[in-house]
Amino acid sequence: MKRLVSVALLIVTLCALLPGCHGSRGMREFAAPEEFDASRRQEITFWAKNDTNKTQVNIYKKAIADFEKLYPNVKVNLRLYTDYGKIYNDVITNISTGTTPNVCITYPDHIATYITGQNVVVPLDALFDDAKYGLGGSEVRFDSPKKSEIVPQFLDECVVSGSHYAIPFMRSTEACYINKDLVEKLGYELPELLTWDFVWEVSEAAAEKDADGNFKVNGQKVMIPFIYKSTDNMMIQMLRQKGADYSTDEGEILLFNDTAKELLFDIAEHVKKGAFSTFKISSYPGNFLNAGQCIFAVDSTAGATWMGSHATHHDIAEDKIIEFETAVMPIPQFDPAAPKMISQGPSVCVFNKKDPQEVLASWLFAQYLLTNDVQIAYSQTEGYVPVTLKAQESPEYLDYLSRAGEDNELYYDVKIKAAKLLLENVGSTFITPVFNGSASLRDAAGTLIENVTKSVRRKETVDESYMKKLYSDVRSLYRLDQGSMGDKVGKKDMGPLPGTAKALIIALAAAWAGIAFFCIRGAVIKRRERGKKI
Amino acid sequence: MKRIFALMLVLVMALAAFTACKKPAEEPKDDVKGEGVMTYAEYVAAAIDTEVTVETYVQAKQSWWEDKATVYTQDKDGAYFLYNMACSEADYAKLTPGTKIKVTGHKAEWQGEVEIVDATFEIEEGNFVAAAFDATSMFGTDDLIKHQNELFTVKGAVVEAIGQDDAGNDVAFFYNWDNSGEEGNDLYFKVKIGDQSYTFTVESYLCDKTTEVYSAVRNLKVGDIIDCEGFLYWYDGVNPHITSVKTADVK
Repeated sequence: MKRLVSVALLIVTLCALLPGCHGSRGMREFAAPEEFDASRRQEITFWAKNDTNKTQVNIYKKAIADFEKLYPNVKVNLRLYTDYGKIYNDVITNISTGTTPNVCITYPDHIATYITGQNVVVPLDALFDDAKYGLGGSEVRFDSPKKSEIVPQFLDECVVSGSHYAIPFMRSTEACYINKDLVEKLGYELPELLTWDFVWEVSEAAAEKDADGNFKVNGQKVMIPFIYKSTDNMMIQMLRQKGADYSTDEGEILLFNDTAKELLFDIAEHVKKGAFSTFKISSYPGNFLNAGQCIFAVDSTAGATWMGSHATHHDIAEDKIIEFETAVMPIPQFDPAAPKMISQGPSVCVFNKKDPQEVLASWLFAQYLLTNDVQIAYSQTEGYVPVTLKAQESPEYLDYLSRAGEDNELYYDVKIKAAKLLLENVGSTFITPVFNGSASLRDAAGTLIENVTKSVRRKETVDESYMKKLYSDVRSLYRLDQGSMGDKVGKKDMGPLPGTAKALIIALAAAWAGIAFFCIRGAVIKRRERGKKI
Repeated sequence: MKRIFALMLVLVMALAAFTACKKPAEEPKDDVKGEGVMTYAEYVAAAIDTEVTVETYVQAKQSWWEDKATVYTQDKDGAYFLYNMACSEADYAKLTPGTKIKVTGHKAEWQGEVEIVDATFEIEEGNFVAAAFDATSMFGTDDLIKHQNELFTVKGAVVEAIGQDDAGNDVAFFYNWDNSGEEGNDLYFKVKIGDQSYTFTVESYLCDKTTEVYSAVRNLKVGDIIDCEGFLYWYDGVNPHITSVKTADVK
């Protein structure tokens, strides 16, 4: 009986300890093993993002198969996502349960939040330089790029809190995809570099309707002259081009400033004239562009295969697609002499695990994604650019770039033009500071434009008091009213458990308690029975 | 005792897995609109971007995330799709099929789908679970869009190949629109009704991989004749969200 009470007490104590672990349990810092143990079976998971693109999925699968051939003791399980936000949410959930993937496609903004947990993500600096298993390491079983063969700017973008917490995987920027025929029909000629003034002027001209309510420029009932996919990028780039504040490197929130307000008032005026809308309000820019219902469509260069009359991908009825010439240009600028555009695209991080051998296997796989085979193949699926100079300068890739327009699949001209746009403008790209909360700040930047656009469409008054309230509401919505957020990096508690996690823990505890009860009961009965037999 | 314990666990899990894919059960006793509430006709007539207030009944829930819910609702005259409506997790649990709610938001259109966005709601007294209307003869006509978002059924649809697998064989369904997904993602399948083909979707947030409909679609073969039930969602034309697929009773 005493033993029974002791076991019961132990179970109760363990159950009580379970919730207390949350947010305080830290992983031991990763230390690279001297040797990779090829005799031990390792199973790792790779959470990948694809742009709802089967070719990309097949490239991931091929990369895994090729890697597994090189490292037969490592099995890589692929989990596919089509949305960075969903990956982010799932990683956050899995950090609290200690079930993160091993390798994960991600954005530095997201990593800044992941690393608020202790030793959750592996800092890669030491691994980069590891003579055996690092970039270009002597024991790596594939043609791994050296550190100097990764585009330095792209590698720098993976620094969070002073360490490289990721490697770049692909890079893109935004492009303005233009129906050149409609621009010319309105009596304009495309300049060498787009300016905001030019885009607004043409867009307002395109918003003119005839007596029957059809737009004069296309004869249709629908025309969104200028549509923007990612309004967070729009605000961020406008501010950067204006030399205005957004945030400091340390995480001080500076978005809610007078320049942003002026930009919003300006956007509101153009919305009022029917010149502008957004993806969130109306739908995919490519759908309107391809139907002749849009003149300027800003979307990622990684969305180039959806743009143009002969787009490789489309999800509107074929009979709605019209024939036109697609121009691919950098996003509009305030100062064409000093263009500025965002650098974006997926990176790859490695999550820490108890077993350093498992982490090393994960790192080797992450590194494999930088090989020419993977880099060139994946970049060709969209207007992506390989992140290594080794791939960018390879004869295979240069040949690919030179064959724009040979077909509407691999050599689709809009896609190759989009890739070239970034290659020619890498020096004009920038990223925003990364800190815990920078993802929320980015969302807030987009919400400002979305809300102003919606309010104008809804005939609400957009004036000074509106802006004051908008700033206050958006600050509050994204919890940006605490001033500096970056100081919380690495210190923030993970917060209370979500309801589902609590329920799961309670259910698990109940199940274990039940199992323990029956084990003990069985043992007691057995003992009694044995006692009888003696 | 062990059996009882196991049975209880199973029951709890089954309850947790309970989804919206249910059969209609009730008719409205009284559907008089409250003060300041639009009739369905007034809602239809309202311009895009105007504020609308409607009283409607939950038919199914698609998703909840970060205090936003996406819900299929309907009254006796028509349907209202509520996209990302402000909703706490606790309130979301209360939105069981039939629940009457008063919704205030803005009418919006996204790729042909008319919906209410930026909405808030309050729960009211009343209950109505719509019966699926037979839309078989309406496919291919201009009348179908008048029933946008309603619970519908279509009978005798013929499953067509949506594409080919890697080996070049015809397949009856795709994970995601281009088969780039995997189990758990949306299912897409193609059916012929009359002389036209349509793409139907099993929206994985509405009916996930544990549901009957998800399994049924995964077991479809090209040439199967089926009856489907679901909601008349729109995406550049009709693109229903299917909640039930059964072999048609072909005599």
